[in-house]
Parts: sequence; C-alpha cells; structure tokens
Amino acid sequence: MSDMHLADLDSELANEPIRKGFGKGLLEAGKRDVNVVAACADLTDSTQMSLFKAEFPDRFIEIGVAEQNLVTVGSGMSAMGKIPFVSSYAAFSPGRNWEQIRTTICLNDRPVKVVGSHAGVSVGPDGATHQMLEDIALMRGLPNMVVIAPCDSVEAEKATLATATDKRPCYLRLAREATPIITTDKTPFEIGKAYVLAKGADVTLIATGTMTYQALLAAEKLFKDGIEAEVVHVPTIKPLDQETILKSVRKTGAVVTAEEGQINGGLGGAIAELLAENHPTRLKRVGMQDRFGESGSPDQLLEHFGLDAKHIRLAAHAVLDKN
Amino acid sequence: MQKLSLERLETIANDIREDIIKMLEHAGSGHSAGPLGLADIFTALYFDVMKYDPKQPDWDERDILLLSNGHCVPVQYASMAHAGFFDKKELMTLRQLGTRLQGHPERTKLPGLENTSGPLGCGLSQACGMALAMRMDKQSHRWIYVVMGDGEQDEGNVWEAAMLANKYKLSNIIAITDRNNIQIDGPTESVMPLEDFKAKWEAFGWHTIEVNGNDIEAVIDACAMAKAIVEKPIMIVAHTIPGKGVDFMEYDFTWHGKPPDHEQAKKALHELRTLGGKIKGEHE
Repeated sequence: MSDMHLADLDSELANEPIRKGFGKGLLEAGKRDVNVVAACADLTDSTQMSLFKAEFPDRFIEIGVAEQNLVTVGSGMSAMGKIPFVSSYAAFSPGRNWEQIRTTICLNDRPVKVVGSHAGVSVGPDGATHQMLEDIALMRGLPNMVVIAPCDSVEAEKATLATATDKRPCYLRLAREATPIITTDKTPFEIGKAYVLAKGADVTLIATGTMTYQALLAAEKLFKDGIEAEVVHVPTIKPLDQETILKSVRKTGAVVTAEEGQINGGLGGAIAELLAENHPTRLKRVGMQDRFGESGSPDQLLEHFGLDAKHIRLAAHAVLDKN
Repeated sequence: MQKLSLERLETIANDIREDIIKMLEHAGSGHSAGPLGLADIFTALYFDVMKYDPKQPDWDERDILLLSNGHCVPVQYASMAHAGFFDKKELMTLRQLGTRLQGHPERTKLPGLENTSGPLGCGLSQACGMALAMRMDKQSHRWIYVVMGDGEQDEGNVWEAAMLANKYKLSNIIAITDRNNIQIDGPTESVMPLEDFKAKWEAFGWHTIEVNGNDIEAVIDACAMAKAIVEKPIMIVAHTIPGKGVDFMEYDFTWHGKPPDHEQAKKALHELRTLGGKIKGEHE
C-alpha cells in the first residue's frame, strides 16, 4: 500500500536489529530534551544505550545487575521531572521487577519508559531463561501502561521518540537479532495506531514486532494460493487500535494473529478478547503455544516453534477451512 | 519559621497518637504498633526538621519525605492534618470507599504524599532516583527523608538501593529506620535476623547514627547531625517502642497489623489523654 511508504519488499532488504533503532532514537530524544535520562542494569551495549551514555554521560546511571532498583530509581527520577528510559533484557525487566513497575510506576503514575531488549526466542543460543515470551502479557495487564513492539529498527526509532513525549508509562519491546527493515522514514507511526500494510478481503493477518515481516511474506504466498490476505501491523498492543482491527475483521471474517511471544495474554490474547466481545470471528493464533523456548540458532528456533511465514500461511488456510 | 518548644512538640505527638487510635478504631482495620511508635519521628520531621508548605505541596524547594513502609501511613495522615495539609475531620475517612486516605498511601490521591507504597522495600530506590535527578539539576541542597521499617529490610530491593546510594555518594538522603524489632510473624530477630544492623549499613558505605526514636529532641538532633555528613548517605537507626504510648500495645508484635476495637480504643485514648495516668483526663 503506497500510503504506508514501505520498503520495496521484492528488493534486497537491509537488516538491522530492532534494538539499534532504539539506541538511535534515545540519542535523538536526549538531544531534543535535556530531561531525557537513561539507566541500565549492566547491559549498556546490548540494549544500545551506549550511544546515549557516550553523548550524555552525566545523564546516564549505571545501576548494576539490580532490576528491581532499576525501575524504582526510574520512578524517583520521574518524580523530579525527568523522562527516564530504563533498560535491561526483557527476561529481567519486566521479568523480575513486575511489582515495582506496578506500584511505583503505574499506580504511582510516573511515566517511566521500561525498555526490554532481547525479547522472543530469536535470542537464540542463550536458551529459555533469556528468551522472554511473557512480557506482553505482564505489561498488558497493568492499568496506565502503554505496550509497544516495533516491527523493525526504523519503527523502533520512531517509537522511542514517541514514548519520550508521551505522558504515560510505556513498555518498549525490542529484539536482539538483525531483522529486515520493512518501513521507511515516511511510514507513519503513532502510539495507539494499527496500520494496514497490505489490503485483502479474505483473511486478516494481525501481527506485531518481528512477526509483521513474516505476515507480509505469508500474505505474498497466500496470494499465490488464491487467498487475499490483509496485513494489519499492531505496533501498539495497548491501547489497542480497536477501530482499525475491527474494520478489517468485519470485511474478512477470518483472523490469524502472529507474535514472537506467548499467545496466552499476548497479542493473540488481546485480539481474542476484542473479537469475542465485539465481533466473534474464526481465529488462529501463531505464537508460543504455552511452552518455553530452548537453545538453538534464531532461524532454527523460529521454525521449530512455528514462528514464521510458513506457519502463518498454514494458520490462514486452517482458519479459512470451514470444516 | 519559629521553632516550636519541646513541650509543644510532645503535645503534638500525643495528639497524633490519639488521632491514630481514633482513625484505626473507626476504620476497623489497619496497623497500630508501627504508627504509634513512629509518632515522635513524624512530629520531629513535620514540625521541626522538614522544609515544606502545606498550601503549596508541589513547592519546588520543599524537602521530600518518602514513607517506604506504607502500612504505617496513619501516622503520616495524622501528621499532615495537624500540619495543615487538610482538615482533621478527613482523618475519619481512612480506608473508606472514595477516600483520599487509602489504606496504603497513594500519591495521586492526596497532595503532599510523595510516593505510593505498601509493597515493601522501594522507598530508598525512589529516593536514589530523586537524589540523582536533583544532582543533575543542581538541586542537591534539598533533603530527602526516607522512613523505613526494620522488617521491610528483608527485601533485597533495599540493599540494591543501599549500594547505589553509596556508589553515587547520595548524601542528601537521610534514611530513618524504625527499629522496633517486630514484624507480622514475630520479633525481627526470629523471623529473619537483621543484626548486626548498624554494621550492615556501615559495610554498605553509609554513615549511621543511632538514636532513641521516641525522643523527639534526639531525633531532631540526629537529623541535624546527618546534614553535616557530606560524603555519605545517612542511616539513622531509630530505636522505637512498637505501640508506644498505649501500655497494652507496647512491645507486643500481635499489634503490628490490627486495629483496636471500641473498648481497647477507649482504654488507649484514656491512657494517652492522661499521659499514662499522670494527669486527670479532660473528659473525666
């Protein structure tokens, strides 16, 4: 769709980790507003906060391996008018410090930006302990919290800048591995908006994060199967853009969700809730099926756990098979 | 602001204790021992030590008070009412539907509260964040007081913050531990030993001051001494008597988490009004 200004998907796409876009966005946010500050739990390079730290050493706090302290210090800095970005691996933050996020950030209404890097099984060989899959569910359940999973590094940069000026607590979900850049500087991004990246009338593919690219690939394959799939990219999982999603679903009457995380409580859960209440629709959810990951290469794991275009395509066929 | 006499401060502390008893009896739930034990520390903070303006709770030159052990908030509500943040009548709404005086403090509900707490072990971390932000803004002349329970220091989060405050030498943090030796399941030393408590904080790089936390003058002096320490964060270990001022509650850990019933409240109020039988009660 031309108004989305996507990269040419038929050409060779550039690859970059989503977290790189966050690093660039944070640096830019720091340049735009002196109150933007950053804190990290001993993973400054990995989470790409190092760019900000190099430019603004006096506005960067090294917390050490202490994720409970990380977010609670963020709450305190926010109380003094700062805009704190606090980062670690998603497995540890929000994995370990959920209650501190709940009490000192969400209930306390302090707009801290919690940044969880290395989410999903594509972390790879580090194994299940480090492959955060439950973070969307954890953060989505919190009142006041905004939950964003950008699809590529370009969108991550925009999302980072958007959260810096948003007055609410935000969770930003990032991935480790280099993935194709499918959006461009001109592709729209606004917190709370979902975007129709490809139009179709037969089935709606609703995807977030790294799985949006896979949904686009699946749509191309489905087209060859004679099925016109509409791809709705949902970078903001909360608040959910109900209008855009329901509009597509009312047209197609069949839905597949796709995410690199647990379907229970994740995007799949959110869509199931929305549809059950507003427009009951046939639904298949691609994502982690209530199990943990394991060691392996990212590509092996994505295939092993069914987190790719092939499985989205199969799910679309299954949801359209009325028998 | 003119300093209040010690006699006047002691009267205020006694009034705060009476209000705590009335609030808790009326609410029918809540914590008795901690708030009563903390009344002298809160009197010292709100009526001598801290800089603030109850008519401008957001004044940007104010000192900050973080109550880390949120269950003791009745003593803060009573102190705030006496200090003029809101009308004393509102104290009787504690824990009721629609109240600004939540069972555990919620910052967004009541102007003058600096944090939301209840889940333990977070106050010191928030103080660290505030102190770091103040340093960036060249505001380190403002003091941050953190009132903490002793039992809450079972929480690992406390020690994460202790290390950070030492790393960045956050010397405008003055933490005060209510060392009353009790927690819900019993004496702190049998639930989870904290001793050598003072040595622990010193090992973490803090300057410590030990004080009788039920001696208002001693608490004021300790805070003054704390302000003279510029190279380290400060932990005032304030030894208090849980349930202080009400004979049948003192030292008894079973009063940690329950309110007095009507008869108990009557007895407690009589004791407070007569200063333990030393003077004749006003209602007799």
